[in-house]
Amino acid sequence: MAAPGAGGRPPVALWFLAVLLVAGSGRGGSEEAQVQVKQFFRSGHTNNWAVLVCTSRFWFNYRHVANTLSIYRSVKRLGIPDSHIVLMLADDMACNPRNPKPATIFSHRNMELNVYGDSVEVDYRGYEVTVENFLRVLTGRLPPSTPRSKRLLSDDRSNILIYMTGHGGNGFLKFQDSEEITNVELGDAFEQMWQKRRYHELLFIIDTCQGASMYEKFYSPNIMALASSQVGEDSLSHQPDLAIGVHLMDRYTYYLLEFLEDIRPASQDSMIDLFKVCPPSLCVSTPGHRTDLFQRNPSDVLITDFFGSVRKVEITTDVIRLMPNDTEIEQSHIPESQPTQALRYVDQLAVAQIIHQKPKRKDWHPPDGFILGLWTLILLVFFKSYGLKHLKHIF
Amino acid sequence: MVKGTNVYGILRASRAASTESIVLSTPVEMKQNSQAAGLLLALASYFRGQVYWAKDIIFLFNEHDMIGMEAWLEAYHDVNVTAISSSVMQGRAGAIQAAVTVEISSDVVTSFDISVEGLNGQLPNLDLVNLFSSFCQKNGVLCTIQGKLPRTDGDTLEGYLHSLHTMLLMVLKQGSGKAQGDHGLFLRYHIEAVTIRGINSFRQYKFDMVTVGKVFEGIVRKLNNLQERLHQSYFFYLLPSLSRFASIGYYMPAFIFLLLILLLRALDLWIKLSKAPACPKDCVEEDARPGFLTILIPIFICHAMGLALYYVPLLCQGTATDHFPVSETEAVVLTSIAIYVAGLALPHNTQRALPMELTDCGWMTLKLIAVLYLALLLGSITLINFSLGFILAVTLIPAAALAQPAPYKLPSALLLVLLSPPVVVTLCIFLYHELSEYPVSVLECWQLFLKAVADSILDHHLYGSIVYPFLVLLVHPCWLLLWNVVFWK
Repeated sequence: MAAPGAGGRPPVALWFLAVLLVAGSGRGGSEEAQVQVKQFFRSGHTNNWAVLVCTSRFWFNYRHVANTLSIYRSVKRLGIPDSHIVLMLADDMACNPRNPKPATIFSHRNMELNVYGDSVEVDYRGYEVTVENFLRVLTGRLPPSTPRSKRLLSDDRSNILIYMTGHGGNGFLKFQDSEEITNVELGDAFEQMWQKRRYHELLFIIDTCQGASMYEKFYSPNIMALASSQVGEDSLSHQPDLAIGVHLMDRYTYYLLEFLEDIRPASQDSMIDLFKVCPPSLCVSTPGHRTDLFQRNPSDVLITDFFGSVRKVEITTDVIRLMPNDTEIEQSHIPESQPTQALRYVDQLAVAQIIHQKPKRKDWHPPDGFILGLWTLILLVFFKSYGLKHLKHIF
Repeated sequence: MVKGTNVYGILRASRAASTESIVLSTPVEMKQNSQAAGLLLALASYFRGQVYWAKDIIFLFNEHDMIGMEAWLEAYHDVNVTAISSSVMQGRAGAIQAAVTVEISSDVVTSFDISVEGLNGQLPNLDLVNLFSSFCQKNGVLCTIQGKLPRTDGDTLEGYLHSLHTMLLMVLKQGSGKAQGDHGLFLRYHIEAVTIRGINSFRQYKFDMVTVGKVFEGIVRKLNNLQERLHQSYFFYLLPSLSRFASIGYYMPAFIFLLLILLLRALDLWIKLSKAPACPKDCVEEDARPGFLTILIPIFICHAMGLALYYVPLLCQGTATDHFPVSETEAVVLTSIAIYVAGLALPHNTQRALPMELTDCGWMTLKLIAVLYLALLLGSITLINFSLGFILAVTLIPAAALAQPAPYKLPSALLLVLLSPPVVVTLCIFLYHELSEYPVSVLECWQLFLKAVADSILDHHLYGSIVYPFLVLLVHPCWLLLWNVVFWK
């Protein structure tokens, strides 16, 4: 009778162990779910907006409209709805009488891709695209009669993508041949947005000549900026189409579009991939980026954080207890020992930075001394031959 | 009395607002222009099928060459610049942005030649010349200017001389103030225009009408895509070849240095005049300054002579044909030459008829006025028509600087006559024919000179060319003043 008793005990212990193990693993599973939840709130934004601006008019600036519409197309495809996109196009290329293919705007040679598509909603068109309107859209200071489609109704949990293209220079972007916006104005506008809590994070992309100069003067936090060329470099256009007769796209946006075409709403590509989009071998100019104002690590930032409007859904079968402050706060990677300088209004005319441009080749003029010397010689000869008393006739 | 009819058609741009237009024209009556009308009609039927037109295209077939063109332009813009009257225009197409005149002599073309010189030496924007040159290269067609084949050896002496000849031809054509094609009349209305001639010189490489059509289609489409009037390139230039130009910044300083001669001479005379008078020895207390009348009378008579040269030939045209067996043109020309020669005898007669004291100060003052007057005239005309100003400057300035009364009058008088405007015109005609490789004999040159005088009078009254009135009313009196100076004693 003793042997069956001894044989019966280990199974009970085993069962007990097994129950303990299962309980332990169960708790371990909810831990995993907790980790998943933390990942869920990683980025901190709840809605996405996009402000896409094309600043040039006239038929030969076709490529700027095509640039903007390419980004519009990508952003819509990845989920941002028209109600959250403010599209500003300074001229109507699709219906321009010079367009041999009316109602289309192509971005690839041989007309492979019509970025005008079937449903384009332009919010600011033609002469409405001005510096004042652009800044009012950003800062929200619009008259009460402005319709909703023309407003940027963002809040402090919005990620905003701002894309600008056109003709630019060192420190400015030309709007419609008659006015310019400077990098200082842009920096101040973003600071106004930050102080009014109109954005959570901002991605600024600019495709113009000397585009990097436009993000030099930003001083508000949570801004990441990309530009197609450095100061002193020109951004080049990609390819002319012989049937349409103009250049269709700029190089940087062309390769950006090709890159974005491969992004799906569920892509996990990060900003690091975006920084590599157009190397100088393809773009001729050197694209630049600025991440020092951004608080997260760019490798942790997904492209769809800005380009898409992803409604995150995670299915879990476990019960998850939500703790109040569950969002992961990452340590800023700036060491605490270096107190960051409190940035105020930026120096309006940074002469030293303007001067460090490449020196321009000037045409040769005869030195001023030469002309003076020539006149002195003429006068000397004259007075020598006629005598000094004739001075009174001249003066 | 000349009457004519112009025919034109407007191709409306289907998607644009008809606010701007481009003109393609051809003079249908010209002997060397038999094919252009057909080409324009073919282009019109091709253009009708295209959707990319942003401007209306006007196809114009004008009768009587430039008279018809001037009549059409005046009717289109509703102005009355000349004496030509035209009927009211029924259909308009907005502001004309650019115009191309086409002249083609045969159905096979071996090269294209472009003419830019317009009325009164006005030139179209250099961008039109560049446009023509680039489209010829794109289609592989040979293109020339001034009828000269292009050369690539610009560094050698022959290449340099070739470019010099081409530029001299342009200077002579521009200086004559005649429009070298129907396009010349558009320029006055701020419409950039050129004339393109298709030439068949029986070379080896020929181009058919399809290639010719492609060149013109490309040019018109490029003009269609323009957003503004052509204004980015130079308006004042000289072309030593189709791919090189000398802009106003390069050639104006040469002229300024020439003018400086006159100004220095004026300064020299001024200084001499204010020195102690080296006037007649017998006057001790006499005021050696010349009398007001002594100076005023020659000036007045010289300008009266200029007015006579301008008005009399036309007024006396009727009586001359009645009394002499000459045609009307000959009457006008010969009358003007007669008045010119009569003017040469003026100094003697003036001095005999009127009491004037002939002092040194007198001729120096007169010469001072003449020299400054000449400088002013040359400066003004160069701003409008550089070639005319430069040709006159090169010939008249040495004459003006050297003119002074001397014991032996013959050499200085001869120099002054040789450098006078009519002789200069004759020499220019001679030079022009030499450079065009079509030399003329002296007799032919004389006849061409007579024809040139008649043509300039006709151009002035028909289209408003200013060359004849300028030479006759302003330069000739100035030259006569210098003639007076030479014959002062």
